[in-house]
Amino acid sequence: MGIRFILMVNKQGQTRLAQYYEWLTLEERRALEGDIVRKCLARNEQQCSFVEHSNYKIVYRRYASLFFLVGVDNDENELAILEFIHLLVETMDRHFGNVCELDIMFHLEKAHFMLEEMVMNGCIVETSKSNILSPIQLMEKTS
Amino acid sequence: MALSGMRGLSVFISDVRNCQNKEQERLRVDKELGNVRTRFKNEKGLSPYEKKKYVWKMLYIYMLGYDVDFGHMEAVSLISAPKYPEKQVGYIVTACLLNENHDFLRLAINTVRNDIIGRNETFQCLALTLVGNIGGREFAESLAADVQKLLISSSCRPLVRKKAALCLLRLYRKNPDVVNVDGWADRMAQLLDERDLGVLTSSMSLLVALVSNNHEAYWSCLPKCVKTLERLARNQDIPQEYTYYGIPSPWLQVKTMRALQYFPTVEDPNTRRSLFEVLQRILMGTDVVKNVNKNNASHAVLFEALALVMHLDAEKEMMSQCVALLGKFIAVREPNIRYLGLENMTRMLMVTDVQDIIKRHQAQIITSLKDPDISIRRRALDLLYGMCDVSNAKDIVEELLQYLSSADFAMREELSLKAAILAEKFAPDLSWYVDVILQLIDKAGDFVSDDIWFRVVQFVTNNEDLQSYAAAKAREYLNKPAIHETMVKVSAYILGEYGHLLARRPGYSPKELFTIIHEKHPTVSTSTIPILLSSYAKILMHTQPPEPELQNQIWTIFNKYESCIDVEIQQRAAEYFALSRKGASLMDILAEMPKFPERQSALIRKAEDAEVDTAEQSAIKLRAQQQMSTALVVTDQRPPNGMPAQPSIGPLSLVKVPSETVDSQNPGDQGLTHPNGVVYKEDPQPPSQDIIGDLLGTLSIEGPPGAVAQSPQSATYEAEGAPSAADAAALVPVGEESGSVQPIGNINERFYALCLKDSGVLYEDPNIQIGIKAEWRAHQGRLVLFLGNKNTASLGSVQALILPPTHLKMELSLVPETIPPRAQVQCPLEVMNLRPSRDVAVLDFSYKFGPTMVNVKLRLPAVLNKFLQPITVSPEEFFPQWRSLSGPPLKLQEVVRGVRPLPLPEMANLFNTYRLTVCPGLDPNPNNLVASTTFYSETTRAMLCLVRIETDPADRTQLRMTVASGDPTLTFELKEFIKEQLVSIPTAPQRPQGPAAPPPPVAQITAPPPAASQDPGALLAGLL
Repeated sequence: MGIRFILMVNKQGQTRLAQYYEWLTLEERRALEGDIVRKCLARNEQQCSFVEHSNYKIVYRRYASLFFLVGVDNDENELAILEFIHLLVETMDRHFGNVCELDIMFHLEKAHFMLEEMVMNGCIVETSKSNILSPIQLMEKTS
Repeated sequence: MALSGMRGLSVFISDVRNCQNKEQERLRVDKELGNVRTRFKNEKGLSPYEKKKYVWKMLYIYMLGYDVDFGHMEAVSLISAPKYPEKQVGYIVTACLLNENHDFLRLAINTVRNDIIGRNETFQCLALTLVGNIGGREFAESLAADVQKLLISSSCRPLVRKKAALCLLRLYRKNPDVVNVDGWADRMAQLLDERDLGVLTSSMSLLVALVSNNHEAYWSCLPKCVKTLERLARNQDIPQEYTYYGIPSPWLQVKTMRALQYFPTVEDPNTRRSLFEVLQRILMGTDVVKNVNKNNASHAVLFEALALVMHLDAEKEMMSQCVALLGKFIAVREPNIRYLGLENMTRMLMVTDVQDIIKRHQAQIITSLKDPDISIRRRALDLLYGMCDVSNAKDIVEELLQYLSSADFAMREELSLKAAILAEKFAPDLSWYVDVILQLIDKAGDFVSDDIWFRVVQFVTNNEDLQSYAAAKAREYLNKPAIHETMVKVSAYILGEYGHLLARRPGYSPKELFTIIHEKHPTVSTSTIPILLSSYAKILMHTQPPEPELQNQIWTIFNKYESCIDVEIQQRAAEYFALSRKGASLMDILAEMPKFPERQSALIRKAEDAEVDTAEQSAIKLRAQQQMSTALVVTDQRPPNGMPAQPSIGPLSLVKVPSETVDSQNPGDQGLTHPNGVVYKEDPQPPSQDIIGDLLGTLSIEGPPGAVAQSPQSATYEAEGAPSAADAAALVPVGEESGSVQPIGNINERFYALCLKDSGVLYEDPNIQIGIKAEWRAHQGRLVLFLGNKNTASLGSVQALILPPTHLKMELSLVPETIPPRAQVQCPLEVMNLRPSRDVAVLDFSYKFGPTMVNVKLRLPAVLNKFLQPITVSPEEFFPQWRSLSGPPLKLQEVVRGVRPLPLPEMANLFNTYRLTVCPGLDPNPNNLVASTTFYSETTRAMLCLVRIETDPADRTQLRMTVASGDPTLTFELKEFIKEQLVSIPTAPQRPQGPAAPPPPVAQITAPPPAASQDPGALLAGLL
């Protein structure tokens, strides 16, 4: 099924965005996020971007204070996901201009709109930045 | 902030952000939740804008980890809002908060459907995304047709169609019937001609899901995938927006190659050539560049190409390129590439013929075992485990042991289990095996499960050569000041049993052994004391002549424990005390433990389970759920508890019976895992043995006499349905059900093809492919079964039983119970031919996919002609032989009618493919054919066989055949065998031309034909 969740977490371990493509109860999410964040945040730059955690493989990438963590199946193409994270960041960059943690925090809905255009049911729908952003731009124009 | 225009939301978010601790956060959130609740209650005053704001707040709160169930209704109700901004929030937040089982979601089906079939594109997109993310079965039933229409509609814009594709994927997973529409596969193939890369990307994901379940139906998509790949690789018609750091959509490339991995082969030569060209280009043309993103993207494509090449496993040269690349990758500095190199090399182990090349990288892989990154270490461990065999087991296991002391706690258990298994599987000699296990216990006792030390005891018990060695080793370890309790157990046990073998060495007198064991006594727990007591009793027994001082010491201990609160200890103490006063009879009672019956290592079984538990479980679990929903449709008729009403077990029961009998004699495997950790209920002696000896033999190690009464226990064991019987039964309903999993290709044709060649596919269905590779040498053969899981979910309950005919001795190595996703396991099968016979061995194979059991019975191509060796004989050798075999039963003649008409050269070819060497020129009559071969079996040894065929040019449907050999059975069997081939000729590597012969397949055995009443040998000789 591919991508099973996307998390954005800051250095302090606070979740800034969570999008799941499979159903987990609130308790399961809390436990999972806690475990993953602990594992990934403890890693350093010299280590690889993949962490195996129980049922998942986590592909993660750090941008300044923010970690992007994507949980995938064990047989997913790791590097493709790693660059998909970067595509997401570039897309947000194009919209916000030098995106930072606060942008995502205070514009949670926009971050969700973008993800909605990029991923559906765990699969990648769109990789063209202008196509991803066009609904948001349309909305801004009308409001 | 101004943009989103939701000031209240921003204020709340920054309030939460400013909270100093979790408690403050909770207070602030509670306050907000109260606020939202009241606002929702007095809904009248709530403007759409406010409602939207509150719903976003809820999502934010939910993300922080707080329950917001009360607001689900509000979120869902926004879906029916007339304006886009509200509707959008409704859809997105609903998809985040709810799952397919929520009742509210069902309430919204109509609204969602109206949006999907409505004219408003943006509404369509929202609705499709919601259904694509959380739509359930009911959605599948009511929406599938509409979604399909949108996907293939020419009037629909790409932005809608790409969402429709993934929406359909979801619906398909909920109910696979949604694609059971006439011509759907063709539509799917057309979809792949799409120019828009967004639509193509999502359609490719849809295709992957479809082909992973049933690639047969989507053959027509294969060339389209290759075309797409070519288009991307050549960068033709790729808009700039879809080029990522100069690489045409790496994600689509990866997806496309993934789809191709679900097709077993690429048959069309043109498509094949194009595909290999592209792959070659990717393999050769991927350079390391400075830009990280570009580098990652191009390597993402490269790794997928590697996987595809491995899957196709066709071009030898390309395979070695792949191995070379991987070898390079595992040594680079970039950790991601190193990780992926190791991971893919492990996958590569599944491919035949590259193991040796991989072994060359052993040193590098061992270095990775010490990498500072645990992710990489894990990959290295998996790879080392996978690549281990007899040749490198010593090195690898020693590395693992060395690493054990410094390994992370998280890895130690896995590591010690793996080391133990490798040591057992590949031990070059048994003393090494004992060393390894003892070291393992010494270094990581906490992580060594009981199974591991039970196993070493079994080995020592069963191998006399090993016993004194093990005793000496155990003594060495006991000398250490602090040792793990497991070490105390195993050492005490071994010294009790075998310490006396070394009694002459200094330091091994009974007294000394007792002292050194007893020194550990104060530190051990109750689970170890029973073992110590047994050990003391045995030492006492071996002390001849008795030493009163030692005796007193041990008796004091027994006395002390006679009042122990632990019943096991108490009983042992009391019994040993009583027994040890019986003097000489003690000798019999406490005699050495008998050998254990050979059986599968509990360890290896456990490892198989563990493997499922760890690495692959995730995918399996998830997919199992998906499959479950799939299977609901397929297996409705199945009895609910999986037990058939009336199993007709047939040959299965024949095979199962012996193992059941064994089970009832020793409730064996149970004993091993008995919770008190001491009990070996093994009792290899058949019940006919001297009852007393039997009983006491058990007693000596197994305290409670209650347990000695084995029969009732084993009876219940059986009555409750011994697992094996249950298994056998569980296989049976499959027959009725097999409609759900259809074999691909014709099983018979595959079998006949394999009778002629030594490798190929024996069986295939949507889940599994069973390949065979065989080598034959004289009367022996070695077949390797390649069980390849084609799915991305594991196949469980895999069972392979060989039902050999009486003339073949066959031994199948262990077949793992689970085959991981997209993995291939190899199971060697040793064959020995005892005597000539045409009977065929059957492989009874079953597995479970999701809830569906699949069971097939397949003939194995270990047929008579495999034991033939072509041989060319000269006339000087031929004629004396021919003459000396003068008539029945050594020489048999028969007129065969209803033969498939074949030109003579073709018949000669046929003979040659069956390894009957046609000797041209031996028979001067051009209508005749003479052939020779050597047959090998254990009873006949190498035996020359001679065959002569006389054909009638006027009537090709009949011929006269004479077969001669030095063994009557062989002559008969070979004659019948050749006849079968001539009459049916079903094999046809290439189909024989012409209409099928009228099938009177029963060859008539007739009296010698009128034409030749003399001995044909004489006739032949006369001719020359």
